[in-house]
Amino acid sequence: MKFIDVLNKTDFSKISSISEHASDLEVKSILSKEKITFEDYIILLSETAVNYLEEMARKAQMITQKFFGKTILLYAPIYLSNECDNSCIYCGFNQKVSGKRISLSVSEVIKEADFLYDRGFRHILLVSGEKKGIVSIAYLKEIVSTLHKKFESISIEIFPLEENEYKELFSVGVDGITIYQEVYDKEIYKKVHPAGPKSDYEFRLATPERAGRVGFYRINIGALLGLGEFQKEAACVGLHASYLRKKFWKSQISISFPRIQGSGANFKPINPISDKQLVQMLCALRLFLPQAGLVLSTRESGTFRDNLISLGTTQMSAESKTSPGGYLNCNQEGEQFNVSDKRSVEEVSQAIKLKGYEPVFKDWDKALTQS
Amino acid sequence: MTLKIAGKTFSSRLFLGTGKFPSNEILSKALAAAETEIVTVALRRVDLDAKNEDILDAIDKKKYLVLPNTSGARDADEAVRLARLAKGMGIGNWIKLEVTPDPNYLLPDPIETLKAAEILVKEGFIVLPYINADPVLAKRLEEAGCATVMPLGSPIGSHQGIRTKEAIEIIIEQANIPVVVDAGIGAPSHAALAMEMGADAVLVNTAIAIASDPIKMAEAFKLAVMAGRKAFSVGIRGSQKTASASSPLTGFLR
Repeated sequence: MKFIDVLNKTDFSKISSISEHASDLEVKSILSKEKITFEDYIILLSETAVNYLEEMARKAQMITQKFFGKTILLYAPIYLSNECDNSCIYCGFNQKVSGKRISLSVSEVIKEADFLYDRGFRHILLVSGEKKGIVSIAYLKEIVSTLHKKFESISIEIFPLEENEYKELFSVGVDGITIYQEVYDKEIYKKVHPAGPKSDYEFRLATPERAGRVGFYRINIGALLGLGEFQKEAACVGLHASYLRKKFWKSQISISFPRIQGSGANFKPINPISDKQLVQMLCALRLFLPQAGLVLSTRESGTFRDNLISLGTTQMSAESKTSPGGYLNCNQEGEQFNVSDKRSVEEVSQAIKLKGYEPVFKDWDKALTQS
Repeated sequence: MTLKIAGKTFSSRLFLGTGKFPSNEILSKALAAAETEIVTVALRRVDLDAKNEDILDAIDKKKYLVLPNTSGARDADEAVRLARLAKGMGIGNWIKLEVTPDPNYLLPDPIETLKAAEILVKEGFIVLPYINADPVLAKRLEEAGCATVMPLGSPIGSHQGIRTKEAIEIIIEQANIPVVVDAGIGAPSHAALAMEMGADAVLVNTAIAIASDPIKMAEAFKLAVMAGRKAFSVGIRGSQKTASASSPLTGFLR
């Protein structure tokens, strides 16, 4: 079964009813369980469960340490291009946003990567807007083949591709793919993605499945927090991750928590997500999916990120620049989103150590991904 | 009371894993407290070109035998590539073979493990494969020339202890090579049990790495392994469920 069918079959009115009627007793009994079901997960996302955040956090910490130890993997993004055919109303790359448009040449990308290598990074994420004429498969392949000689892990966070295109990128050394549905609510999806190829909800939704069939080692999904209604979006993320885990049992499934912050688009969140809600979602997901990677970007503030280290986070970016060429040109024009945690990688590493965790720069080997 | 693997003698029967520790400093102190001699390191964590401290920096190569492992490999080809890489790096030719296609429970793939073991043994590696507690597979790997077998007690990091007791007992009974119980050992009592059962050694990682005091916990495991081994060497009398008859049944045979 495809995930779209799973989603269509899901009774969201039942989900909201379970969440609304969640009792203290139910929450307590779930917190004493070793494994929790999808329904339990929904209850942990309820208003009632907010009173049990401390217990949830303690449990999330224990489970995470068992599977991941006291370590945080660090990575950095490289933005290739901010040219885009889409009109996502929340995004700084929105084609209607006037701002500087930059697409890096292959050699410029390599220079950015060299900079990150010298900063200690061995895991990188290539990010781009959707401009297929410029960010072509050939262009990506050339970049990846070069970077794969140096970097241990290369993931991509670009527009959805066809299965055969993923196959080509996998064959030259891309080991992971990040693709956010942004919002699972179809009505809101339509509203915030009015034009461009991204307005195709189902094609985007099936992207992790196309990637999974190719055999990527890591599949990272997420909802852009602040668009859809909190409980519903968190439910869908959990459902999607557990579907992918069962279907693509050889791929590690990770979940990100991108929360809408300022961007060139000046967009106000439709359903703002509080710090408390983000923590609730992170802990509930950890209890529901003990082995999922949980990823935090520099969209969040340094203080908030530091506090999430011991709550279930497994992976963090650091020192990120979200505009193409941002590492070597200090010019921040053309950012996708404003970076809130602007600390250097040394400062972030120090903060991780202060929490009693080890910052890890290498947790993969390119020999595994060799073609 | 020494352990012999591939012609090498060890006085410690506690192997340590090095992942999941909060810092290199604590790792290095835990190794010392455990008085271990064999230390396994995931090759995926090793970076000879590291800008920051590398995991290998925490391990004194003169004191410990570094046993690189192929964690992350999903099939035989990937595991073989990693093993060759370790050799190329000069880490040596001992390899803890891990082929775990499922990233969630990290359970080993028996078919790919056997395939990789056959290739690596032929290439001159000392192969220590991580396996499910499958007695037939253990024999097949022994026949393939592996130096030990390392059956799991329960999934990695689960702390569930020896859930595969009956199968491990068969593996121990039939093995001509050392049996090292690996994974799932969450408490010193689990390690002691494995040793009482006659395992030649145990491997512990998570239970020490994430303890609130890893150094003290490493020492606790050291003592448990020694106690279990000593009890095994004396021979533990099985529990008796029936009372023993006061007049002997075979008294007439005089």
